[in-house]
Amino acid sequence: MNVRASLAVAILACGASANLRAADVPLEVAPSVLEAQAARAAVIERIAPTVVAIFGPDGGGGGSGVLISADGYAVTNFHVTDGCGDAMKCGLNDGKVYDAVIVGTDPVGDVALIKLLGRDDFPVAEFGDSDAVRPGDWCLAMGNPFLLAKSDFAPTVTYGLVSGTHRYQEPAGTFLEYTDCLQIDASVNPGNSGGPLFAADGADAGKLIGINGRISIKRGRVNSGAAYAISSNQVKYFLGHLRSGRALDHGTLNATVRTNFDGDVLFDRILDGSAAQIRGVKEGDELVAFAGRPIRSVNQFKNVLGVYPAGWPLPLTVRRGTETIDLIVRTRGLNRRTDLLKTVAPKPGPPPNDVVKPLLEKRPGYVNAHFNEVERDRVLASLGSALPAAGWRIAGADADGVEAEFTLSDRGVGLKLGANRFLQSLEDDAEVLNEPPGSGGLLFALRQWQLLRSGRTTDFADLHYVGTEPLDWDGPTVDVLEAENRGVVTHFYIEVGQDGTGMLRGFDSWQENRGAATEVRFDGDRLDGSLPVPSQMRVAAGGAPYRTFKFTTATVASGESE
Amino acid sequence: MIVAATLLACGLFAEDPAIEDAGVATSARAVTAETLPKVVKIFGAGGLRGLPAYGTGFLISPRGHVATAWNHVLDADPNILVVLDDGRRLTCKLLAADPSRGLAVLEPERDDLDLPHFDPATFAPAEAGARVLAFSNSYKVAGGDEPVAVQRAVISAVAELDARRGRNAAGIAGPVLILDAPTNNPGSAGGPIVDRRGSLVGIIGRELKNDATNVFVNYALPAEKIGETLTAMMEDDFVATSSASIALSGGPQPADLGALLVPDVVRRTPAYVELVQPDSPAAAAGLRAGDLIVLIDGELVPSIRLLRSRLAAVEPGEPVDLVVRRDGELVPLTVAVPEVEDLRDPPAELPRDRR
Repeated sequence: MNVRASLAVAILACGASANLRAADVPLEVAPSVLEAQAARAAVIERIAPTVVAIFGPDGGGGGSGVLISADGYAVTNFHVTDGCGDAMKCGLNDGKVYDAVIVGTDPVGDVALIKLLGRDDFPVAEFGDSDAVRPGDWCLAMGNPFLLAKSDFAPTVTYGLVSGTHRYQEPAGTFLEYTDCLQIDASVNPGNSGGPLFAADGADAGKLIGINGRISIKRGRVNSGAAYAISSNQVKYFLGHLRSGRALDHGTLNATVRTNFDGDVLFDRILDGSAAQIRGVKEGDELVAFAGRPIRSVNQFKNVLGVYPAGWPLPLTVRRGTETIDLIVRTRGLNRRTDLLKTVAPKPGPPPNDVVKPLLEKRPGYVNAHFNEVERDRVLASLGSALPAAGWRIAGADADGVEAEFTLSDRGVGLKLGANRFLQSLEDDAEVLNEPPGSGGLLFALRQWQLLRSGRTTDFADLHYVGTEPLDWDGPTVDVLEAENRGVVTHFYIEVGQDGTGMLRGFDSWQENRGAATEVRFDGDRLDGSLPVPSQMRVAAGGAPYRTFKFTTATVASGESE
Repeated sequence: MIVAATLLACGLFAEDPAIEDAGVATSARAVTAETLPKVVKIFGAGGLRGLPAYGTGFLISPRGHVATAWNHVLDADPNILVVLDDGRRLTCKLLAADPSRGLAVLEPERDDLDLPHFDPATFAPAEAGARVLAFSNSYKVAGGDEPVAVQRAVISAVAELDARRGRNAAGIAGPVLILDAPTNNPGSAGGPIVDRRGSLVGIIGRELKNDATNVFVNYALPAEKIGETLTAMMEDDFVATSSASIALSGGPQPADLGALLVPDVVRRTPAYVELVQPDSPAAAAGLRAGDLIVLIDGELVPSIRLLRSRLAAVEPGEPVDLVVRRDGELVPLTVAVPEVEDLRDPPAELPRDRR
């Protein structure tokens, strides 16, 4: 390697023309330049082991990825895994090839999660905060452009500026939509897809800020200095869901917004039954803020929608005249489920080898059902031993001091509330009838809680892992399990600590429209005794508070009541 | 080593000891933050035949005068939409245009603004080797109210631009800044090039191809030489926008080719040929009375006014490609433009036959 020659090239490009007046003048490089170079080389050396070269099972096709956990989870583009199939071969810069298997996909956001196999000490890239990135920041794109790293899997490094942030890229093809992405001028080429974008300077140097996935080209497929990376924060928001082994969807409010000439963003059309409509948003309302961001353009609105999985709780602030209204909405899926599921069909190709086979389960509705079972069982196990399956009697009072007693049994769920009696039968032909008004179907919902906590999960028609979300937006991150029973869907929110112990923080239960769900949240210490349920239960329906109960006793009944 | 050296070449925007003492914010992030509020997106005419209906410009006065590249986007005059970096929208008119330099100045309707801007008196020189930042609305990436994109580049040469078809740097005479990065993309024209201090050193030119190599040329017009022109355009009513004087400001006219067009009576009179002089370049090329000229050098000419402007930017002595519509068919022609000494001076029309 001709070190002197390459240095001369570099300095020429820097414009230090004074040094080049005569060929025999020794090169002088400022110490700060050499320090910066050394620092940069050190960062690259540190992060290069986390970059994955992805190939199809027979070594063809391919793209790039980045490892994010020591047990082998790696992020890439959906359009990379879609081309490779469910089993892949992955090369790291240690020169070795690892088997890998598909875990979950986000066809709209063009993200996929895969798992490399064979080690539990993979090198890991650390997530940065892509919202803190500013135009003009330097960045490093790494990956396998043109599949150059076919021999030793050492990633290619390209370097450039962050050209723009919070870019919105129109949908391409059926699903694909790049929202809130980073625009960079570092060279990104075919094969870079799915590879990491790292911050290059400052305290965050070497942290993951994006996944490179798309470029603008002009006539003749000329790389024209504009590439786009999915923001690392979007990847973070989807990560829990990606572990669920499903094909994920992005959300919609089933409402359109428009900008007037003054730059206000107004709700234009709101579909009946949409989350926005049920929570009280009206056409003509001004959209002030969404998911904590001020909204000043339609693109900003689309950017917020695009970075969160469908169903996440998102705060929305609207202005109507002089009134400001804050509410929490949950988005619905953007695409028809049947369309999304077309993407999960097994790809033609060789059958998975013996390493991958035990970790790949193709079942209708799943990209890889194996990982859903892994996550579901992890969360169920975190709840500890099951509570007694016999009837429960939980007594206390609401915030106004009205006495309340819940009875949960196999035949029905009852509530004595002061002088009122409510009974929801659980007989086979029973309908949801005698529920407390304004509770949104609390009694049937409580039965789902009892089934989960007493270990009778086989009574559910279906129980699967959904992913993670922030409880009610500003609460702790919770794992979500979805149970289905007699047409009622329940989402259980379980906070799992570092030690693997989980606590059920609440659940939402709904029959037809999630916007009108019963929402139950648990607080306080658990009661002592044979039925250690939480001592406080807040109940709301469709976003409006119903009652808060404080419990004093909880017992397991021997017989059936009422 | 190659990798490290390349990074060295590109990555040291902030670390040149020569400029540390001034106390000026010189990191790429700081220069970008300071520059973006002075850059605007321009939305106007276009959208036909792949011509983008968007462009880039930059502010040159607190009142909101915008300097940009003179091109078809401005045909939307007097309803040119300018979007500031914070999303505010201004309706602008074309105040003045200088086809010979490929420059235009826009003026907003409202006059109550106090905006950050580049002072034309402080435009800076640029030399080969300088590291610069390029700002533009390329590909209309910044489609909403978000700021335009920034790219880094090095001025690799200050040289005459060798682009054929006579549209030398969109009409500019003299050297241009050749850049080492793909800065000239759809919508980039009119974007500012700034040095590491944030001083304006260039204006991104229209997309051009080097005809010898058939690759796109990435270049900018040197800012140093146009500050005075922009100031004059802003203050002195440099050139009236809708008069034919733009077209007559030099360069060939239809009469120099031996063609007479129909009377230019409305704003967008189609460019019909009324008469072709025998033994003229137009006649030699096969142009006939009744032809409608639709393209000149591949660009759409929806009006006589625009045909004159475009023709005026053609370099004398070079051939110009026309496409005419004749009997419902498109017919390509190549007309030899006379040398500069053979142009009519002062410009004049062919005599109209009086009967």
